[in-house]
Amino acid sequence: MVLPLVILIPLALAWLPAAASRAFGWDPARTTAVMAAVSLALVLTQADAVLDGATIVESWPWMPALGLNASFRLDGFGLLFALLILGIGLLVVLYARYYLAPEDSQERFYGLLLLFMGAMLGVVLSENLLLLVTFWELTSLSSFLLIGFWRHEPDARRGARLALMVTGAGGLALLAGVLLLGQVVGSLELTEVLAAGPLIKAHPLYETILVLVLLGAFTKSAQFPFHFWLPHAMAAPTPVSAYLHSATMVKAGVFLLGRLFPALAGTETWFFVVTGVGLATQLFASYVALFRHDLKGLLAYSTVSHLGLITLLFGMGTPLGEIAAVFHIINHAVFKASLFMAAGIIDHETGTRDMRRLSGLARYMPWTAALATIAASAMAGVPLLNGFLSKEMYFAETFHVEWLGDWYWVLPLAATLTGVFTVAYSTRFVHDVFFGDAPRGLPKTPHEPPRWMKVPVEVLVALCLFVGLLPAFSISPLLSAAAAAVLQAPLPEFSLKLWHGFNLPMLMSVLALSGGTALYFARRYYFNLHGYLQRPLDGGAISERAIGAAVHGARRLVDSVVNDSLQRYVLLTVLAALALGFAGARGLAPTGAGATTPADPLTILMAAALVVTALAVAALHARRLLAVVLIGLVGLVVSLAFVRLSAPDLALTQLLVEIVTVLLLLLAMFFLPAESPAESSTGRRLRDATVAIVAGGATGTLAWALMTRPLETISWYYLENSKPEGGGYNVVNVILVDFRGFDTLGEITVLGVAAVAIVALLNALRLDAPDLDWEGRPWAAERYPLMLRVLSRPLLPLALLVSVYLFLRGHNAPGGGFIAGLVTGTAILLQYVAYGGAWARERLPWSYSNVIAAGLLIATATGLASWGFGVPFLTSTFGYVTWPVVGKFELASAMAFDLGIYLAVVGVVMVIIARLGGLSAPGAGR
Amino acid sequence: MSHLPILPILLPLLAGSLLLLATGMAESLRRSIGLAATLALLPIAVALLLRVADGTHLVYALGDWPPPFGIVLVVDRLAAFMLLLTAVVALASHVYAGGGEDMAGPQFQPLFQFQLMGINGAFLTGDLFNLFVFFEVLLIAFYALLLHGLGPRRVGAAIHVVVLNLIGSTLFLFAVGTLYGVTGTLNLADLARVLPTLGPDEAALARSGALLLLGVFALKAALLPLGFWLPRAYGAALAAPAALFAVLTKVGVYAILRVFALCFGPDAGPLAGVAQPWLLPAALATLAFGAIGALGARGLREAAGWLVVYSVGALLVAVGVFSEAGYAAAVYYTAHSTLAGAALFLVVDLVVRHRAAAGDRLDVAGAMPRAALLGTLFFLVAVAIAGLPPLSGFAGKIMVLNAVRATGSAAVAWSVLLASTLLVVVALSRAGSAIFWRTDGSDGGSAPRLPRRGVAAAGALLVAVVGLVAWGGAVTAFAHATGRQLAQPSAYTDAVLGPGAPDRAMHRSLR
Amino acid sequence: MEALLAIMIGVLTATGVYLTLRARTFAVLLGLTLLSYAVNLFLVASGRLVVASAPLTDQGLDTYPDPLPQALVLTAIVIGFGMTALLVVLALRALRETGDDHVDGERGTARRRGRK
Repeated sequence: MVLPLVILIPLALAWLPAAASRAFGWDPARTTAVMAAVSLALVLTQADAVLDGATIVESWPWMPALGLNASFRLDGFGLLFALLILGIGLLVVLYARYYLAPEDSQERFYGLLLLFMGAMLGVVLSENLLLLVTFWELTSLSSFLLIGFWRHEPDARRGARLALMVTGAGGLALLAGVLLLGQVVGSLELTEVLAAGPLIKAHPLYETILVLVLLGAFTKSAQFPFHFWLPHAMAAPTPVSAYLHSATMVKAGVFLLGRLFPALAGTETWFFVVTGVGLATQLFASYVALFRHDLKGLLAYSTVSHLGLITLLFGMGTPLGEIAAVFHIINHAVFKASLFMAAGIIDHETGTRDMRRLSGLARYMPWTAALATIAASAMAGVPLLNGFLSKEMYFAETFHVEWLGDWYWVLPLAATLTGVFTVAYSTRFVHDVFFGDAPRGLPKTPHEPPRWMKVPVEVLVALCLFVGLLPAFSISPLLSAAAAAVLQAPLPEFSLKLWHGFNLPMLMSVLALSGGTALYFARRYYFNLHGYLQRPLDGGAISERAIGAAVHGARRLVDSVVNDSLQRYVLLTVLAALALGFAGARGLAPTGAGATTPADPLTILMAAALVVTALAVAALHARRLLAVVLIGLVGLVVSLAFVRLSAPDLALTQLLVEIVTVLLLLLAMFFLPAESPAESSTGRRLRDATVAIVAGGATGTLAWALMTRPLETISWYYLENSKPEGGGYNVVNVILVDFRGFDTLGEITVLGVAAVAIVALLNALRLDAPDLDWEGRPWAAERYPLMLRVLSRPLLPLALLVSVYLFLRGHNAPGGGFIAGLVTGTAILLQYVAYGGAWARERLPWSYSNVIAAGLLIATATGLASWGFGVPFLTSTFGYVTWPVVGKFELASAMAFDLGIYLAVVGVVMVIIARLGGLSAPGAGR
Repeated sequence: MSHLPILPILLPLLAGSLLLLATGMAESLRRSIGLAATLALLPIAVALLLRVADGTHLVYALGDWPPPFGIVLVVDRLAAFMLLLTAVVALASHVYAGGGEDMAGPQFQPLFQFQLMGINGAFLTGDLFNLFVFFEVLLIAFYALLLHGLGPRRVGAAIHVVVLNLIGSTLFLFAVGTLYGVTGTLNLADLARVLPTLGPDEAALARSGALLLLGVFALKAALLPLGFWLPRAYGAALAAPAALFAVLTKVGVYAILRVFALCFGPDAGPLAGVAQPWLLPAALATLAFGAIGALGARGLREAAGWLVVYSVGALLVAVGVFSEAGYAAAVYYTAHSTLAGAALFLVVDLVVRHRAAAGDRLDVAGAMPRAALLGTLFFLVAVAIAGLPPLSGFAGKIMVLNAVRATGSAAVAWSVLLASTLLVVVALSRAGSAIFWRTDGSDGGSAPRLPRRGVAAAGALLVAVVGLVAWGGAVTAFAHATGRQLAQPSAYTDAVLGPGAPDRAMHRSLR
Repeated sequence: MEALLAIMIGVLTATGVYLTLRARTFAVLLGLTLLSYAVNLFLVASGRLVVASAPLTDQGLDTYPDPLPQALVLTAIVIGFGMTALLVVLALRALRETGDDHVDGERGTARRRGRK
């Protein structure tokens, strides 16, 4: 349970410093330091065992289905990194305490810092690879927030986005690679994966996996050509740069190379890709670093170059190279962190980081100067310092590469060259800043920083010396443990000695030191020349422009496709439907084997009428009133067709709905323009007509194909059981209120909601009726024809009677609640047309919503009643009663349900017609 | 006789009707009634989930008519899970609406209930035409809620949505007619049994019916090229309804899962896997286009709309695989994208309301009040939606990646999935830094104070998102169990029609 | 007979599709109405064609039409009615809000003017 705690204390309690400072006024820095210290202590409790070569694995299942488990691993390599993260972390916490300005929110800073610390610990302590990827992306996210800490600075925002994009992309590639690894190995637990090295390297997916994983590593460790985000990340506060962007996060990439070393390393592809990239990065970055005028810029490129060195060493795939790599990870972390802190101090005390403005600071801050000089020498690889040792090992190792054959000299040469550049920029860092004559025109007059701001630097520099002077004593155990953990095999013999005698590496060092110094002092001859070469090289600006272009392109694309034109969307929908329908029907013979019925003249006439009227609607739709009349005719013919097709209920319903719909359209006509402007171009009309004809042909054929084939259906059941079980002869009605009554319940709900929505829409909607109606008559208030009045007065009771009749017989003959409701509704509507909205409203005082709600409730209650008998919802029952006049009469529970339908329908028709009709009348919509 | 399966439909129906009847009642009271009714769905859904967790199917024959003749409700793992998800999102949405949005127009409370009735009905029904009816119920309520608050933007968007969905409904009926005309049944289980027995000729008819159905569901799920209406519509709606709409797209996805896993699964003979060749490419296109749209978005609301498209795309990629793993991924990803999508709309609304000056636009404005809290909410929801660790989007994405691995187009699918993720990361980092970091000196001060209900609702949804990973083991295990169940339709058909071979006597010619 | 019905369905669909592709809400309204006629007839057709009969079991007829599709059509008609009514009112509202009866509001008209 130790390892999860190590991670969770910073990660899950990142909010603690802020909270504690709010609650008890505790210094956030102190709280953070304590938390880091606790984690560190926890790690140290395990240190002895690990140094003795043990590997501690603690595992809990998390999402086994994904292969993602909460399993953690502490071995030498992990221990090394954990110590770096927490140790340097503590120093950075202390340093930042004095670095941050009063206006910076310490609470936020330390919260984010802890977040990162936890994520980074997670990366190095994961046994499960998916877990590692999880923490990996978390480091990217927290680094995004930390780089953007000074949110008001555009550079900070840009740098943050850039870092997130590059490292995030790498993380996604890594995710893919890891998933493939899991597929190959059959497990994502590191132990299994590392053991499966030969299997992986032999697998056809190996190259893919390698590339994906390396993309992750290279982006994170800022390897060429993905290095450009790191210099831009320097917009972060210097403690962040010292911590994330030199000591820890950027090391995650090389950590991964080490972590998966046994699984992936040692092949030719590995060598050429990894070494190649490392080499290129190292040379290129060390060269560029020399020309950076910004202290942090120089350090950033130097970091890139040293990461390249480490990558290169891992790429060699040799045990000794791997040891050198691990060693250099430690050394670089130590001296680079101290250098960043020194740079921060200089910035803090002078107000600038521009080496062209800085000089001779040694006389103001001698102590800082001394520290920085030592650290820089370590960076340059001067003997007696830690940097020297790992560099020597590196130089020595460049000769032991079998892959290059006759080109064996390339590596040593490149290494020496890099050494030269490294020495040059290290010299520059020291000489430009601390030596020479006194600086002029600095924002602040420099002096030594506060005591505690220097302490972290002192500690780190002390480490440089300690390791540099007494390597075997100081670092050897940790190094061997770490190296062994990387190798997953016994280590070869290696010695950490200052003096290996006069040999090639020695010579290379001498060359590097002398050459580098010379190069620095000869700088004035080529600096300007270089100024020209420098410009096009900023990947940051390039990718910024790329993103800008991408956003622009995305806008253009989206705007061109998504133009909010309904016509386009409708067309797309229709075309999609046609494509799907045709694709499905391929290989279909239109005509089936079934028998067909002979046509009779009446039907032919009917069909002809329908075709003509329908086409007329399409042709004359622009003349709206005519179109309404025509569509009324179409509907009439359709209901006749239903009669012909033995569907009396449909005929009745269609007829009534038709009437109401037409009236509705007529009412709408009052407010809509009487004509549609002819605006579609002929081409467009032709296109639409073609689509329409194809669609028509398709549906027609589909119908034909169906009708000419025999059908075996479940409907016999309804015909047989409608009377005995459902108590009605009218099968359709029994289906509606009984067999499939649930559909009907939903159907009236739709009606009810429609009514509610309509009322909401009509609320406070005042439309001005035109002065003239469509026949050009003046639009008088008194517009209700006398005839209609005379007729409609008695019509209402009559209609009500009819609807009662239709309602009652509905179960056995065409009719039923819905039809009855429509009849009533239409009658009420006629009253309205005859007497006007005001009259109708005062005689029909009930609120529409109550009528509808009552209908819904009655229908639902009927269904619920059956629960009393322990049967499902809507189970019906019926019996017979003898009524006067009507005679013996069957009463079904379904009729109560039908009553609900009736009420709902009446309510809806009332709303739609009365409200809509009342629009132009005073007090409309109320 | 347990009536549990029908409660998720009846409760909102009754509540809605009563609230409609109680128009005169004090709004606060109606609000509490609505809240109570919404809250009550939670225990019901949990109870149902527990009942079916072991793989049983609860079958409820309405009117006591034996299937396939009557309408049946069927509860299996998937249905129960969707009910639970809906209950959670509905609750959050209702609480958020309680912050004042429910007063923006008349009858919000009943409409909200009817919306839930339609959604739950669609999840529960085992009958093709009844599915149509519930689609219509949820659609009409959707229109009404989309229009809630009115204004030109909403009315304009509503016209598009209504017209397109009316066309969709017509297609649905054509599909139903075709399938009935071939199989003579509407009961899904019965369909599943009859379809494999069709001759090649009838099979062709059934296939075109099936693909039409796919088109209809795709329109609801906002699959491109049928989903272009979504960003504008969701962007136009008020936040609380928009959050609820996060479920609506999932109804389309659910319908695809339900119908095509059940009726056109591996043992559907000539009709097996009719949808895959269409769904997978379209889903990938949707995913990519959604990401591109988010990148190009000029406003936060627009971006949110595209992000919904993006996550629907990822979800349908999983569905489009039509394998056990695919179904499992779909189930998990549905939960993720529903919760995260709903949270997104709520958070975006909170943010926009606090940028009085710039509002929705992604450009420089005064410093935002309470940027810390809002920023944290936004960051979390962004991480979740983008699919970055450690939130549910990441786990979901892994499941989808694993699911498509089996298909022929694995390489393409992986590239699209990962590339689109990157696009969304870029888009959100730009949006986030523009809104929370890029402030001019001015003090955007006098924004309204954060509505407590609003923050609570958004926070609750985010907690649920975190829960999806915190208890990821249980959730993914359930998702896989559900996937297994969907991959074996016979259990469903046996539960509805009784075990054994299809009984031909249930289908007779009327002549 | 079957052919006639198929033709009716086809023509109604064609005209319906054509009108739904027009630019004014009114035309779209007409188109959707025609489409609903088409699909209702189609549903009846899916139950196969039976003339001069009725789904009334007390009539002692020898062949009955398939009652199920008829029931479906009834439901469809009702729902369609509700939807159409809503769309009509929505169109009026849009006319009020945007001062234009173009399906895309005044943007639509503006766009078209721009094109001309």
